[in-house]
Amino acid sequence: MIQVYTSSVIDASADAVWAKIRDFNGLPQWHPAIADSRIENNQPADRVGCIRYFHLQDGGLIRERLLALSDYDFTCTYSILESPMGVDNYVATIKLTPITDGGRCFAEWSAEFDCAPHREAELSQSIGQGVFQSGFDSLKRQFSSRR
Amino acid sequence: MALQKVVRSTVIDAPIERVWAVLRDFNSHDQWHEVVAKSDIEDGKNSDRVGCVRNFTLQDGNHIREMLLSLSDKDFVSTYTIVDATVPLQRYVATITLKPVTDGQRTFWHWASSFATPPGMEAELRHMVAHGVYEAGFSNLRRHLQLGVHTSSVARTTSNRSSSQATSIPAQSIKLREYGEATQLRAETTDVAPPGPGEVRIRQTAVGVNYLDVYLRKGWIPELLPLPGTPGMEAAGEVIDVGPDVTSLLPGDRVAYMGPVPGSYASVRNVPAAWTVRLGAGIDDITAAASLLKGITADYLLRDLGRIQAGTRLLVHAAAGGVGTLVCAWARSMGALVMGTVSSQAKARIARDHGCQHVIVTSNYEFSAAVHSIAQGADVIIDGLGDAACEENFAALAPCGHWISLGQASGPLKPLSPDWLVTKSVSFSRPVAFAYVATHAVLNQRAERVWQAFQQGILLPVQAEQFALKDAAAAHTRLESRQSSGSLVLLPS
Repeated sequence: MIQVYTSSVIDASADAVWAKIRDFNGLPQWHPAIADSRIENNQPADRVGCIRYFHLQDGGLIRERLLALSDYDFTCTYSILESPMGVDNYVATIKLTPITDGGRCFAEWSAEFDCAPHREAELSQSIGQGVFQSGFDSLKRQFSSRR
Repeated sequence: MALQKVVRSTVIDAPIERVWAVLRDFNSHDQWHEVVAKSDIEDGKNSDRVGCVRNFTLQDGNHIREMLLSLSDKDFVSTYTIVDATVPLQRYVATITLKPVTDGQRTFWHWASSFATPPGMEAELRHMVAHGVYEAGFSNLRRHLQLGVHTSSVARTTSNRSSSQATSIPAQSIKLREYGEATQLRAETTDVAPPGPGEVRIRQTAVGVNYLDVYLRKGWIPELLPLPGTPGMEAAGEVIDVGPDVTSLLPGDRVAYMGPVPGSYASVRNVPAAWTVRLGAGIDDITAAASLLKGITADYLLRDLGRIQAGTRLLVHAAAGGVGTLVCAWARSMGALVMGTVSSQAKARIARDHGCQHVIVTSNYEFSAAVHSIAQGADVIIDGLGDAACEENFAALAPCGHWISLGQASGPLKPLSPDWLVTKSVSFSRPVAFAYVATHAVLNQRAERVWQAFQQGILLPVQAEQFALKDAAAAHTRLESRQSSGSLVLLPS
């Protein structure tokens, strides 16, 4: 089981950042690697169990199931059903925590998965940096440009 | 009765190990938290024994006994409860949790508790815990870390010292008063003032020597090193203290730096924090000082300028030198066809050891015929030779090749005519490393790639030749003799 953990500080309240992240169908609005997204079977995007169907900018198709969503803890957990990445048993969680001494929040994005041994380093890097960190960087840019 | 809950959190500008070293010590609060006057662990137990009880005397005379319920070095969590106290906090359980901020070597600190109170005192006690204990603790610990105390265990006797050594520190530095031979490099004693805004004062443990330093000493680039001046572009060491507005570093941090203003031939130096990179445990000071500038040079040469890919035909001059060996080894790992020139059989061996597949031994700058017979030309040439090899370099280039002029050991290149370059449709570059580390983020990224390449064995350990700082002249003489490995460091005593 490989574990990837990325964390950052975003200069906006947890409420404001959560408004973007809680939309399970909203990745294209804030993640630069995602081209489009829809929820299968016309389900609402906050219905636990719903499946998002989206394409990466490079054309790859990914399907992910919403496993848990908490407006109380600001957490969203999902699993990959289908992807070109070559990972198995992939479960990821994105979590926000308010930082009480300023209008900022602490953002964590972690994943566990299995993969072929020779691809561990490459996938850890591409998921931790290419997916998670670039998502955080994009959120930071969006919130800094609003000031 | 409903339990009261208090949560406070902050971000500390220090790596998690630093913050945890203080907080994991259940008996440390009298050293950093100003509401705690005295702290003892009962029964002489160690402060990391789960179940131990600490006995606080607060500044206001109150007493609190607290028991450690759990401690995790894996998750950076400490949980404790009040056993009895002269303040009316009941069923008080608190948890301190640290988490790393992975994109900046900072630490997220979460401090949460639940407790009951006598009726009517809820708001007052919530306020006392949140502000008087937690928020005060955040700012007290920040100040404590800035004292430069590494771990709480060493702080017992020194916690009263001032937050920075706001005085000048005597230091040794190498002064150049006239351009010329190596003997112009002379050691002098100076005082180094406290760091200014944005600066850090570094006690240097190893100073890198580069060919650029020789050019500066000879007066070839007087605008970069006016007289009197101190040469040297890079070093490694430990932060003594930090100036105003520096939040990324603390006293005691191990760092290396490279900067566009010379002056590193010294035992103590102030530099902008933005020049520095933090050193991990896997990189020693000598490797860092000997390799930061050369490694970052190799990084931008291969990635940004040379765009090396599998099959790229690369020609490296001075392939056994400081930059040459790094370039050969790294390019080989990228799948390039690596050719190199050296001046002797001994150096040929060194170049081969570093991954140079085709070594051309030449003492008279003739190599283009060999390059054509090996690979029908070079796609990229990394040239430190300069004027004497100008025609040969052009002849060695493949069509559409890229000639990167890094140095000019044989003398400055004469201007190249565009009409000459066009006959082979070649590119010519004259880069300077500092332009490729224009932001701190880019500097950190490049340095990180260099350290990783060392740790993964892609780059071989540096066998740096070591000289005392006061013997800088001897180091220059050695570098200019062309007998050295190209990696030299000066060690301040």
